Amino acid sequence: MHITKDLVAASATPLVLGILTEGESYGYAILKQVNDLSGGQLEWTDGLLYPLLHRLERLGHVESYWQTPPGGRRRKYYRITDQGRAELAEQRRQWATVVDALRGVWGATTQSISPITAPAWETGR
Amino acid sequence: MTLDNDTDLEGQIAQWRAYTHRRRELHHTDTEELEDHLRSRITELTESGLRDDEAFLIAVKRMGSLDTLSREFAREHSGRLWKQLVLPGEPDASTGGHGRRELPVMVLCATVAALAIKVPAWFGLDLSDDATFYARNLGLFALPALAGYFAWRRQVGPRVVAVLAALFAVGALGANAYPLADDSQSTVLTAIHLPLALWLVVGVAYVGGDWRSDRRRMDFIRFTGEWLIYFSLLALGGGVLTAFTVGTFEAIGLDAEEFVSGWLLPCGAMAAVVVSAWLVEAKQSVIENMAPVLTRVFTPLFAATLLAFLVAVAWTDNGIDVERDVLIVFDLLLVIVLGLLLYAISARDLTTRTGLFDRVQLVLVVSALVIDLLVLLAITGRISEWGFSPNKTAALGENVILLANLAWSAWLFLGFVRGRLPFTRLERWQTRYLTVYAGWAWVVVLAFPLVFDFA
Repeated sequence: MHITKDLVAASATPLVLGILTEGESYGYAILKQVNDLSGGQLEWTDGLLYPLLHRLERLGHVESYWQTPPGGRRRKYYRITDQGRAELAEQRRQWATVVDALRGVWGATTQSISPITAPAWETGR
Repeated sequence: MTLDNDTDLEGQIAQWRAYTHRRRELHHTDTEELEDHLRSRITELTESGLRDDEAFLIAVKRMGSLDTLSREFAREHSGRLWKQLVLPGEPDASTGGHGRRELPVMVLCATVAALAIKVPAWFGLDLSDDATFYARNLGLFALPALAGYFAWRRQVGPRVVAVLAALFAVGALGANAYPLADDSQSTVLTAIHLPLALWLVVGVAYVGGDWRSDRRRMDFIRFTGEWLIYFSLLALGGGVLTAFTVGTFEAIGLDAEEFVSGWLLPCGAMAAVVVSAWLVEAKQSVIENMAPVLTRVFTPLFAATLLAFLVAVAWTDNGIDVERDVLIVFDLLLVIVLGLLLYAISARDLTTRTGLFDRVQLVLVVSALVIDLLVLLAITGRISEWGFSPNKTAALGENVILLANLAWSAWLFLGFVRGRLPFTRLERWQTRYLTVYAGWAWVVVLAFPLVFDFA
């Protein structure tokens, strides 16, 4: 299944913020987690995660710091801020509304379509 | 994994890093972050059984194209490209821990330059009454401060400082020791040539005393072009400031003209010499250099103009009129052609193949050569008729110097366009030729007054 670019872009911010509520993390780990959560369906171009992280940092939703583990490479970690948590809550509300609306409309169409198509389907047999 | 494999991978990553460094949109820290990502991805892929080079290819592919990436970074950090123009480089950049003191030292040097031009006034030399004194010494006000700034920035050794000081002292002697009349030709020649000679002395400070290095000399040529552009911009701004100063004070019945001509203009111009240099240094490598861009625009235009001129000369059968002012125009034209050539060379990517632009450049150089020959004929005619004078000799010398440079450049360029000679030969020729300019400028300043009996 291919998920369109617009949908990927729209879901990126809540996904990243959601992952960061579980604890601080760095780019590669965030990307792995997105991959695991979506069962490999949500494909991002790796590099584009970073401009997004930098934007969230500029907006104040996350903050970053460099850390060098003993014997390892210097790595940039991101941590969610209180403002970021508020933003995530807001986005969740918005997404819930959208999902509800979609459910409603899909529920309605399946009900209205099935009575018409079903008999034709069966008569064809 | 063999050792060979490992170094191979490191080489590939280093190359990738070099590519990202070329993108101005990506900061050093961004590259580091992306590299960390790339390495994590490669480790994961090799652990699942891929070979190093395969893992590298996939990791780079998944990272996305650099174009898209830098576009996204640019969109996010659009301010970056501009902010850096005036802020000193990043703290982790290679300024050698100078970053914090950079601004105060620059301000100090600019102040010294600005006050230097007021020093003679304390000894009763007025800017408007003793204009020739100021003209002769023009290079001695701001350039020592500029050289000092670079000596500090490059942390040159005491030997280089001594050489710089000695050269400036010689310059001061050359400008003031000879009994030159105010209206003598030698005075004018010194006023033109001493700043040129001293500018090349500043070059010694700019390259941190390493003046034998061709690369560093090329850097200085690049610096000169950028400096000129910044200086012109500051001069434009200064013009606006002057106009407003005069205008607003006039509105309340005060005459600011004396302040403007006595302080604002001279001190501002001298300080601008240092400030422009600092701006070039501060924004280095952040924004595409302007001089090569202007070169690209004007090379075809100048080539067309010169060709049209030659056609007109052939068509009308008119020789070049040998009035003095006209000859100066042609000298300046050759300097501009040389400048266009220099800045095209300085910005050229040595690995790219020859293209249309190189051919246009060759046309420009060759037509300038032909024009130079015509001018040279005119000058020799004038000299054989009227004898040598300081002005004519200087013009003759400059023409010969430019002719030699352009002729050999044309030859090297031809070889390059036909794919026989490497481009570096042309680069080296131009950088080595700087010493000829320096030598000639010093000869005009120091020897001409003696030779021509202070005429």
